[in-house]
Amino acid sequence: MNLTATLIGELIAFTVFVLFCMKYVWPPLNGAIEARQKKIEDGLAASDRAEKDLELAQKKAAEQLKEAKAQAADIIEQAKKRATLIVDEETVRGQQEREKIIAQGHSEIEAERNRVTEELRKKVATLAVVGAEKILEREINQAAHSDIVEKLVAEL
Amino acid sequence: MAAEEVTLSSHIQHHLTNAKMCSTDAGLAFNKACADSGFWTWNIDTLAWSIGLGLVFLWIFRSAAKKANTGVPGKFQCFIEMIVEFVGDNVRDTYHGKSSLIAPLALTIFVWVFLMNLMDLIPVDFLPAFAGFVGEQAFGMDSHDVYMKIVPTTDINMTAALAIGVFILMIGYAIKIKGIGGFLAELTLHPFSSKNKLMMVFLIPCNLLLETIALVAKPFSLALRLFGNLYAGELIFILIGAVGLMQLPLHFIWAAFHILVIVLQAFVFMMLTIVYLSMASSDNH
Repeated sequence: MNLTATLIGELIAFTVFVLFCMKYVWPPLNGAIEARQKKIEDGLAASDRAEKDLELAQKKAAEQLKEAKAQAADIIEQAKKRATLIVDEETVRGQQEREKIIAQGHSEIEAERNRVTEELRKKVATLAVVGAEKILEREINQAAHSDIVEKLVAEL
Repeated sequence: MAAEEVTLSSHIQHHLTNAKMCSTDAGLAFNKACADSGFWTWNIDTLAWSIGLGLVFLWIFRSAAKKANTGVPGKFQCFIEMIVEFVGDNVRDTYHGKSSLIAPLALTIFVWVFLMNLMDLIPVDFLPAFAGFVGEQAFGMDSHDVYMKIVPTTDINMTAALAIGVFILMIGYAIKIKGIGGFLAELTLHPFSSKNKLMMVFLIPCNLLLETIALVAKPFSLALRLFGNLYAGELIFILIGAVGLMQLPLHFIWAAFHILVIVLQAFVFMMLTIVYLSMASSDNH
């Protein structure tokens, strides 16, 4: 149990081990640990950022959706209004057309009647002439005179 | 097998004796021939086991260091990095200066001392008996003349070497940080000081005595604490090993308890090393 030269040997071994550890063991291990910690920290920060971005994007999308809905409702409203307007206009126009057609029909009928009346008149005139001719013929036949006239009158 | 009668005390004595090597006039001599070789004796079992375990430590950690990257670590890598982080955290918490030596030093001490202490858990007769068998068969020695003490930290040379290494670093750091004047002032101008110059001259020897004792007590406490704990533990293992069948439960209980001692002593040695070096490098006394 005495102190012997073993002490010197162990002291040298101790020194060598510590130096080796200091050169080849500690720096790479500690460096890797620290680099990994940094990496994890960065990753967490990035994920935080992404989460915030996502939240923002969702909010924005919801806003845009709301806006689009409002726009669509607006457009539909306008279209409805326009449709009513067109229907009204068309109704008015149809009404006018109808009246116009009816008026035309009336005037045509009027013209036809006028024409027929004229024709009749002409026929009456002709008949009158024919009647007169017959009467003239009856100058010879006195007796027959009066009944021809009567006949004419009846024919009128 | 053994020529002389084996008594309990000779059995214990045999367990507590290192394998020695020394050079005499007739060349290299071993064990009993080295009884009066004085200082220049080498405890070859202590040297072989401690250096072997130190190489195991370096090999394990070096192979982890080679594989170290920032990707997802494997289980082995995680385990090694856990130890490195544990030591690194302790160093950061305790040592506030900047030094690239303290952390590797603490890691080396912690793991090396732990591995050497761990040898205590190998049943006490296994390796010495195996060494005796090999000595008898291969070298024709009397197996009782083959010594094998497998726990290097039960050799005061081992713990003293660690403590002296730390002591040298303590003085080195103190001089490096505070300068040689600062170091000497710390030794001589505290804890008693006086504004009176004459009084101060009178106080300097008292201070020097107190501070030197305080300084030297540190490596002594380091070396003797580790040595004492492990030596006592080893001795109790040897005693338990000598009581026959009853040793089985006793050995289990003592070994389970000793696991604590093994880790704790390694940790305490590391922590105190950091604390002493931190005290040596801090300016305010």
